[in-house]
Amino acid sequence: MTRPLIAAVVLAVLAGVSLLIGASHVSWDAVFSPGPDDRAVQVLVISRVPRMFAIMLAGTSLGVAGLLMQMIARNRFVEPTTAGTAESASLGLLAATLLAPGLPVLGKMLVATLFALGGTALFLLVLRRLPLRSALLVPVVGLVLGSIIDSATTFFAYRYDLLQSVNAWTTGDFSTVLRGRYELLWVTLGLTCVAYVAADRFTVAGMGETFTTNLGLNYPRIIALGLVIVALVTAMVVVTVGMIPFLGLIVPNLVTRLMGDNARRSIPWVAVTGAGFVLLCDIIGRVVRHPYEIPGGTIAGVIGSVLFLYLLLRRGARVG
Amino acid sequence: MSASASAGVARPERTLLVLGGVTLACAALFMLVDAGGQWDFILPFRARKLATAVLVGYAIAVSTVLFQTVTGNRVLTPAIMGFDYLYVLIQTCLVFVLGSTTVAGLDPWLLFGVEVTLMVIFSALVNGWLFGVVQGSVHLLLLIGVVLGVLFRSLASFLQRVIEPNEFVFLQDRFFASFNDPEHGLLLVAGGLTLGATVLGFRLLRACDVLVLGREVAINLGVDYSRTVAWVLALVAVLVSVSTALVGPVTFLGLLVANLAYSVTNTYRHALVLPAAALIAAIALVSGQFVLERVFGLDTNPRVIIEFLGGLVFLALLMRKATR
Repeated sequence: MTRPLIAAVVLAVLAGVSLLIGASHVSWDAVFSPGPDDRAVQVLVISRVPRMFAIMLAGTSLGVAGLLMQMIARNRFVEPTTAGTAESASLGLLAATLLAPGLPVLGKMLVATLFALGGTALFLLVLRRLPLRSALLVPVVGLVLGSIIDSATTFFAYRYDLLQSVNAWTTGDFSTVLRGRYELLWVTLGLTCVAYVAADRFTVAGMGETFTTNLGLNYPRIIALGLVIVALVTAMVVVTVGMIPFLGLIVPNLVTRLMGDNARRSIPWVAVTGAGFVLLCDIIGRVVRHPYEIPGGTIAGVIGSVLFLYLLLRRGARVG
Repeated sequence: MSASASAGVARPERTLLVLGGVTLACAALFMLVDAGGQWDFILPFRARKLATAVLVGYAIAVSTVLFQTVTGNRVLTPAIMGFDYLYVLIQTCLVFVLGSTTVAGLDPWLLFGVEVTLMVIFSALVNGWLFGVVQGSVHLLLLIGVVLGVLFRSLASFLQRVIEPNEFVFLQDRFFASFNDPEHGLLLVAGGLTLGATVLGFRLLRACDVLVLGREVAINLGVDYSRTVAWVLALVAVLVSVSTALVGPVTFLGLLVANLAYSVTNTYRHALVLPAAALIAAIALVSGQFVLERVFGLDTNPRVIIEFLGGLVFLALLMRKATR
């Protein structure tokens, strides 16, 4: 029982650090003995605490979404940014912004979810058509599909002067998180719990359609549930903070290497590791060029791609 | 090509002539339509755009075909393997080390020379490492290349933000002249470099024809394999630098034109494939620019559309099991 304890302590330390660093100085003394203007408390409540929650929620849900995708596609290298999911969500968001500017955030998010679902379904259809199911070709196809969708997004964004918004959706940046602007992300926690409840089904589904059906489970329904969770999570993260590349690939791969493929056992670990990873990236981004900030998504892109390469080279040609 | 080619097969030489004619027609249209009488302003302005498009097309087409010859694969291209972003990263590192004011004040020839030299060295290192690590698995190579591209891009944008957090966007724009606004000096330098690479490349043409047959056969036929490959890859690095410096990373154009060139020329001789690919690239870029600007009145870069089409072609190639 020591391992969960260690994990909890590490996460708590990271979260504490995340609360204390930033452009405006906040110290524990100021928080616990508020002065006349209690500015420190204000900063904490309005900006730092929401930011910390947003980071942890995004990290947790993206990690679990990646794990689900890997079970659904039965491939270790699939995650929202290597399957066109994230790019489709951005396109959906752009479509909602252009066609229905008055739509509330929730409506935009639903449109983005529908697009993300469509994009992921398209990816799975393409996979079916692939002549040789080489495990390494799958993410390449997903990345290319993503870049095709992305160029469509860029085209329209350029036409209507929305490139900056699109860039904000594609790079995870937590510096703009304030109270009242991120609460949507709490829904992802609920979705993560749903994934945990249905974990055993996903584990079985990861063993293939025939096997699942033989056990008396409804395979298409499990896949549909997984896809809906993934699409919702991706859309919410894109809408509120922007995408974090490769997180859903790195974290589940590292965890399942240690824990095996039982989703029931690995989901909690994926959740905690994902949250810790994004916290760490965000902290690095805030410290490197203090008082300026480098988006956590950029840092995650660097660390994530290095770890991805490491995974690829470790596996070598041995592919599972 | 023997004269005994059957009547049904278009001879590559004739194809080249047709392509050349179409290219000239596109260029003429681009230069002359809707000039509005202000010749003394319009012509030089458009000539510069045209020169950029042709130069970039040439660099991308030739580098892609050569790279595919060396790797023996028609799906890998330098851009897909992340080399465009390697150049961007090198550029960023230079600014990071020297400071943006120093770099802005440097002579373009010197600066570009340093960048290209570094590019040749680093791409040689990356290539050597990649071909050493990945033996025989094209899919692994492809995936590693794509991820490397993401890594280089993230590193570059990270460094750009460290250099000037407030001027990040401005810096990004300065790094990439677009088709609409290539700097004078840069265009000259790029043209000079491309010419130099081409002259050097002439010596390698015949060897390249043999390289297509594969490593063992090439060695059997007396080609100094590793030296030739090293030379070819160095040329590729120079050409990638040229195209990236002028218009920034273009991922799929090379793949598109190279595969089109293979199918229209229907030959393996580089003396015919390379010009065909270059002409197709020029046609694509110039006509794309023309259609977007004059017909649709958009100021969008044709790059976006080419990326879209190229991505589709890439998927089709993967589906067609072209990754032997």
